[in-house]
Amino acid sequence: MKLKLASAAIGALLAASPALADLVFPDLSYRTGPFAAGGIPFSDGYQDYFTLVNERDGGIGGVKARVIECETAYNTEKGVECYEATKGEGALIYQPLSTGITYQLIPKVSADKIPLHTMGYGRTSATNGRVFEWVFNYPANYWDAASVAINYLLDENGGSLEGKKIALLYHNSAYGKEPIPTLEALAAKHGYSLSLLPVDSPGQEQKSQWLQIRRERPDVVLMWGWGVMNQVAVQEAANIRFPMENFIGNWWAGAEHDVTPAGMAANGYKSLNMNRIADFPVFEDIRTHVHGKGLAAGDGSNVGKVLYTRGMYAAMLAVEAAKKAQEIHGTANITAAMMRDGMEALEMTSEMMEALGAPGIGPEFSVSCEAHGGSGMGIVQQWNAAEGRWIALTDYIAPDQDVIAPLVEQDSMAYASENNLSLRCE
Amino acid sequence: MFYREAGDFKTSYRDDSQTFPIKFDRFRYYAVLLVALAIVPFFIDSYWANALLVPFLIYAIAAIGLNILTGYCGQVSLGTGGFMAVGAYACYKLMTAFPDVNIVLHIIAAGGITAAVGVLFGLPSLRIKGFYLAVATLAAQFFLIWLFNKVPWFYNYSASGQISAPERTVFGIAVTGPHTEAWAKYLVCLLFVAVLAWVARNLTRGSIGRSWMAIRDMDIAAEIIGVNPLKAKLTAFAVSSFYIGIAGALFFAVYLGAVEVGEAFGIQKSFLILFMIIIGGLGSIFGSFAGAAFLVLLPVLLKNVLVGTLGWPTDLAAHIELMIVGALIIVFLIAEPHGIAQLWRIAKEKLRLWPFPH
Repeated sequence: MKLKLASAAIGALLAASPALADLVFPDLSYRTGPFAAGGIPFSDGYQDYFTLVNERDGGIGGVKARVIECETAYNTEKGVECYEATKGEGALIYQPLSTGITYQLIPKVSADKIPLHTMGYGRTSATNGRVFEWVFNYPANYWDAASVAINYLLDENGGSLEGKKIALLYHNSAYGKEPIPTLEALAAKHGYSLSLLPVDSPGQEQKSQWLQIRRERPDVVLMWGWGVMNQVAVQEAANIRFPMENFIGNWWAGAEHDVTPAGMAANGYKSLNMNRIADFPVFEDIRTHVHGKGLAAGDGSNVGKVLYTRGMYAAMLAVEAAKKAQEIHGTANITAAMMRDGMEALEMTSEMMEALGAPGIGPEFSVSCEAHGGSGMGIVQQWNAAEGRWIALTDYIAPDQDVIAPLVEQDSMAYASENNLSLRCE
Repeated sequence: MFYREAGDFKTSYRDDSQTFPIKFDRFRYYAVLLVALAIVPFFIDSYWANALLVPFLIYAIAAIGLNILTGYCGQVSLGTGGFMAVGAYACYKLMTAFPDVNIVLHIIAAGGITAAVGVLFGLPSLRIKGFYLAVATLAAQFFLIWLFNKVPWFYNYSASGQISAPERTVFGIAVTGPHTEAWAKYLVCLLFVAVLAWVARNLTRGSIGRSWMAIRDMDIAAEIIGVNPLKAKLTAFAVSSFYIGIAGALFFAVYLGAVEVGEAFGIQKSFLILFMIIIGGLGSIFGSFAGAAFLVLLPVLLKNVLVGTLGWPTDLAAHIELMIVGALIIVFLIAEPHGIAQLWRIAKEKLRLWPFPH
């Protein structure tokens, strides 16, 4: 019996039967742990869109997409296990939705030659395609987000932030630390003072940080939070009666579940967003072709939410890149290397987005060999607690590339020299 | 039938006090070593290495380290994660400062630095013990993590605060960095494990190990019969931290390649390794391996069975997996409070008489 069990177990471990006929899109999701609130809607949107493409269009260029879900719990060790377990299946692209796992995977995907798309997260300097061949972070990254937030504040304050006090409340990890260099460079340029308030993961304990905010009275609090940290921060801000309109989260701190626990007190909280939220026609297709047939990922309750929309947008960009790759190479059965070529040639126009049933979901952008980062534009949205929805306050705001470009250059060149990489696209 | 001593004659004290006195056991040990060293490296793929064997071996080193301190010397420590972080950051600073030196030397040096830090944080153990010492080591855990987050020198001023291991080679073969072959990773960890486990076994049955155990069993009595508590406790902290530091260095450089201190070496890691030695068996080298295997391999196995074979949703499987592992821990501890090592000992006793117990 023991032997039987053992051999069954070994068999289960080795049960990896590669079906070469599919296009494989692994989904390193997290539906458990302190970050599940954000991981679930994103993963639902990501998977539902691939199911939609399979059901409605019969796949991508006639080849079915296959999503392999693997639970990481936002934990890097499990992320590595998931990566190793799925890469042999012919994975075309990885989107781990975790900056920690991204840092882990950047060297690995570069060695295994599989593209990595970190949409609005991950390593910012990966936007430099001359150094990072396999990593993409279009349509925007953290440094863009920091600059968009500052540009918005400049606009609000008549073009000057001289003498203003801005506090950054951040998740004390690679994710939260990413915007600091940009915010510091911008502080030097615009004359505001920046104070840094780290919150240790997962972020349930923030009393001392908010006490400090109460004492220092910053004009604006920016937040780089994720998971349970966001809800707690919004609640704490409400507790000290911090004016919500001066509290701005980044695009990972601006979903419905972040503000609803605080109820009416969260009214007026602002956040960035890299994609628009609206009742896109594509949701109707998802309801008919995916949910109607009982194929929904998760419980199907998240359609149209902020992170669901973003997950769907991520899948949409992956599908468009795959189509581009099929077009370039003239074959429907693309490999990971072909997928990379497709991503590098991707161009999103408003006509394309309209044709996909999601007009204006993201900014128009194009990717090239040098620039893997897209346009970097973002919008500012505000929570209306009475109506229970996010309202876009601005159109797409462009980041200050004069500040970001030299920082990207410096950081990516440091990476290149550390790893003895020669520059591409020359 | 299996563990028969009949015909296995010992003619010297040396033979009599060897680690595996029974012939069958000894050959089984050689067979395991042979398979691990000479057969596995030829068949290992990157999934087996990165997801199963390398983490298992590294956690086994950390568990042996903690077992020396807690299991043999009786000093409860919750600072394991912090000491692993010291090993990892020491290794990172050495790797980047002296790129031409062999990485194996860096890893050993990282263990040495961790030993020094461990002795420093072990000083309170001379005055306090039990729960109070646990709290003092907990302070070490939080202080060290805070330090590595706060001071940019430790992470070479990188924008994200992450440390990542550049490629380093041993005899021209990459053992760190993304281009490392699965077998190279595995063999480096295996060699460290084999040597360290052998050293630990021999330390713990020598005079120094006996002085640790005397302190564990009753410190006042030990002092009266002439065991120096200062020396015994501080050597336990030093040796234990050396092992944990090496585990941390391997964890960062060979296994993950990039770490974030709060996430990789947080308090959960300290608890995980403490659970490993409690479940595996306090005061047993085999128990350290068994505990590491139980907590590293079992969750992956369950996940593969539930998601891969049965096709359950990943979130359901993740929750059920927690429940199964938790239930098994309770079952094990009720069935045998001294851990898997004790179960193994009892099984061996029974096998010696089997099939004629009377």
